[in-house]
Amino acid sequence: MLVCWCGSNIAGTVDINTVVEASKREPGVVYATDYQYMCAEGGQAMVRRAIEEHSLTGIVVSACSPRMHETTFRKAAAAAGLNPYMVEIANIREHCSWVHKDKEVGTEKAVVLMRAAIAKLNLNTPLFPGESGVIKRALVIGGGIAGIQTALDIADAGYEVDIVEKSPTIGGTMAQLDKTFPTLDCAACILTPKMVDAAQHDKITLYTYSEVDEVSGFVGNFSVKIRQKARCINSKLCNGCGDCIEKCPAKKAKSEFDEGLANRKAIYVPFAQAVPNVPVIDQTQCLKFKTGKCGLCEKVCLPKAINFEQQDEIIEKEYGVIIAATGFRPLSPERYGEYGYGQLPDVITSLEFERLMNAAGPTGGALLRRSNGEKPKSIVFIQCVGSRAEPDKGKSYCSKICCMYTAKHAMLVRDKYPNIDVSVFYIDVRTPGKNFDEFYRRAVEQYGVNYIKGMVGKIAEEDGRLRVQGSDLIEDTQIFVDADLVVLATAVEAQASARPLGTMLTASMDQNNFFSESHAKLRPVESPTAGIFLSGVCQGPKDIPETVAQAGAAAVKALGILSKDKLIGNPCIAGPDELLCNGCASCEKVCPYGAITYADKEINDHGHRTTRHVAEINEAICQGCGACTVTCPSGAMDLKGFTNRQIMAEVDAICR
Amino acid sequence: MRQKAHELLSSGAVGAVLAWEKGELPYDTSPAVFRDAEALDKMVYNGFCGSNLSKYLIEQGKQDEKVLVFLKPCDTYSLNQLLSENRVAREKLHIIGIGCKGKLDVEKLRTQGIKGITGIEENETLKIQTLYGDHELPREDVLLEKCLSCKGKDHKVYDELIGEDLSADTEQGDKYAKVAELEGQTPAERFAFWRGELSKCIRCNACRNTCPSCTCLKCVFDNAHSGVAAKVNATEFEENMFHIIRAFHVAGRCSDCGECSRVCPQGIPIHLLNRKFIKDISGFYGEFQAGETAELNSPLLCYDLEDAEPNIISKREGDN
Repeated sequence: MLVCWCGSNIAGTVDINTVVEASKREPGVVYATDYQYMCAEGGQAMVRRAIEEHSLTGIVVSACSPRMHETTFRKAAAAAGLNPYMVEIANIREHCSWVHKDKEVGTEKAVVLMRAAIAKLNLNTPLFPGESGVIKRALVIGGGIAGIQTALDIADAGYEVDIVEKSPTIGGTMAQLDKTFPTLDCAACILTPKMVDAAQHDKITLYTYSEVDEVSGFVGNFSVKIRQKARCINSKLCNGCGDCIEKCPAKKAKSEFDEGLANRKAIYVPFAQAVPNVPVIDQTQCLKFKTGKCGLCEKVCLPKAINFEQQDEIIEKEYGVIIAATGFRPLSPERYGEYGYGQLPDVITSLEFERLMNAAGPTGGALLRRSNGEKPKSIVFIQCVGSRAEPDKGKSYCSKICCMYTAKHAMLVRDKYPNIDVSVFYIDVRTPGKNFDEFYRRAVEQYGVNYIKGMVGKIAEEDGRLRVQGSDLIEDTQIFVDADLVVLATAVEAQASARPLGTMLTASMDQNNFFSESHAKLRPVESPTAGIFLSGVCQGPKDIPETVAQAGAAAVKALGILSKDKLIGNPCIAGPDELLCNGCASCEKVCPYGAITYADKEINDHGHRTTRHVAEINEAICQGCGACTVTCPSGAMDLKGFTNRQIMAEVDAICR
Repeated sequence: MRQKAHELLSSGAVGAVLAWEKGELPYDTSPAVFRDAEALDKMVYNGFCGSNLSKYLIEQGKQDEKVLVFLKPCDTYSLNQLLSENRVAREKLHIIGIGCKGKLDVEKLRTQGIKGITGIEENETLKIQTLYGDHELPREDVLLEKCLSCKGKDHKVYDELIGEDLSADTEQGDKYAKVAELEGQTPAERFAFWRGELSKCIRCNACRNTCPSCTCLKCVFDNAHSGVAAKVNATEFEENMFHIIRAFHVAGRCSDCGECSRVCPQGIPIHLLNRKFIKDISGFYGEFQAGETAELNSPLLCYDLEDAEPNIISKREGDN
């Protein structure tokens, strides 16, 4: 029994000596000691020495969460010649000292947890892991800047990468942006070359207008079904000339790329630099699909690439790793009646504003009011729309990018149109980041943007203008600002498709539907599910530099697996007791990895031979999740390292 | 029914007939296997044939022969569940679905003071002869608990039907009424209710042995290695735990046949535990009836993206 103080982390709330002394009275314990930092080199040496000197057959380390240092202590045990699975961790930090203030209570619980770990260890047996191969190909889900960067980094290291992107082009939200903070270079200028790099890379395959339908398998060996939606265009034949788009008479669809501020044809490419430059037919808008007549595009297409009969195609491929890079959507502000978004045409979102300012946007870059097409004289920006809100009003988190892009918008307006008055309502201005605060101060000091600390309560139309009523917390008054355009800095929200995807990947999600990282500080780009990595905003709000940095980090972690020929498996896997197996196949049904099959077998039950339908485990596929063991009514399925008896022993020890 | 059984047995089409046999008293019937056509005059089918024959097919199905079984509509749900779990092979069965007007509860007759029964005429009104005189009372007053939430007259699995035209609807109560009442109580009240009921248990295992979902080759309660076996009377909570564990084991598989409560000599309403699970499962995952088909499709075994998230489950209504 090795009890760790974790400095004062544990020792502050748990009386270490009581735990040590109590452990000496437990069955099987021959040696007990404590140390300030058991995970440090000195502590690990103590572990090795204790095993050697006392010929220990197992150790319990009462310390922090096994997620933190179980591997550390298993390695130390192995170095001293002990099977690493003869190590048990009693988590007396996260489960104990951190959640209790009262030392007496904390100590009592630490003793109980320690006792449970000993009870379990007494039933442990040495376990030996198997090996499995690695498929040397990565799947990146999402083709925005995060997905593109991750894919490029993996491909440059020499491994194959597929990008699955649900829209007809890669590029993501960044492609919609005008300029990027803090340097104000144009988004397209820095993004489109990367899009082209990805498309031309001989190691990268793009599946655009495609979605992931099904994922099975495990780290090193995922199999994925990709649904390539029917574009109604033969991509191999299309030369991207655009004649079809020119001739298409159905022009009433709202352009997704222009955030609905402009129309597009039924056959379209989202924007001029789209990759691949292959149009797609929107079947809900196309006259051929709606009425059976038309087919003009088919007539003008010289390479005969139009195919109205095209069906969704299912592509099945195998991957060693999967990287989620699903990005975000701006929250729709329609639910906030006070801003009148959706009713008042001159109240727009920041992303719509990006399109209005963009030279390739619906107005050719001219900043014009949506209501009457005139130039605005006054613009109000409102920050934290849906961010930092009460749980029932929006997102509780800070969306992180809005302060900076609002400062950017304000600065760009003042730069281009010095006569327009610009005000910004804010709760706080948050500008941590290299050159960020300098950027914001430039907006205030150099460009004369009027920052008002306070929130807006109401926007009403009056004589063709917008009357913005808000509070000025510094002056402690209610104020009115007349505006011609109001821009809402809407919260960053996880994609609606993120949670279902997370479920498919068996990756855990947080309460806001962002993918959870394995450890907030030490494993920020790894999902807790082995072989699943996180790139970009799908893990939480981020700006472009951070996204690119994380995308690269995710690539490195993915490469760490791809570059291996064999992965050491987890020996804690399930197995059936054939004498108890009823053959009901419930375990086969619940197994998320497809590791269980059934076969008719001759069973010899103490000389009584019968042929029965019984479960079999594929040990290379089983991930030890334990779903089968709790489903099996007769207890025939058991998980090595976490057997039913071990768990019962823990419970009994706790309840003793 | 006798004629059919006679035909199939004599022709060798089946090797055994699973039906009910009359006992010494008019309300005394028990499940029986007939192998001899001559013995079939002991076969009976009347208002007291409430017992569910499905589970007996596990044992019968081990023989190298076909079995003729007579099933009431509600019994076919249990059989489907057994088929879905590979406990019975469909090809070994010849299933004759028989009509049902709802079965009678002799305990309810006794509580009405009717004792010493010597004969019964079954119609809408029951005419009962006893040692102490005759009685008449409406059939619906003395139906089995399970018949008060009848699953209907349709057989879910069968080879042929007999007398389905003789079936009659029974009055349908709200099968969740008592569950809802318990849900409305405070945890302390509920605990007291269940402690009261479950502590009556004498651990005779009748509920487990009759339950068509309790079909393990070796029950965890009989398995010395399971950690829950043979602990009767170890503490005063052991019988309580037995029922709670059993309810978890049959969750999503129980077709609500009501046999557990019917056979309990102590009158414990065991079926209420199962119904709570059925109500919750239907509430969280959409209406579900175990045994509706012979597919292994319990929501607890199938995953669907639309499934309720755990946070919804923890916030469910009716929990105090």
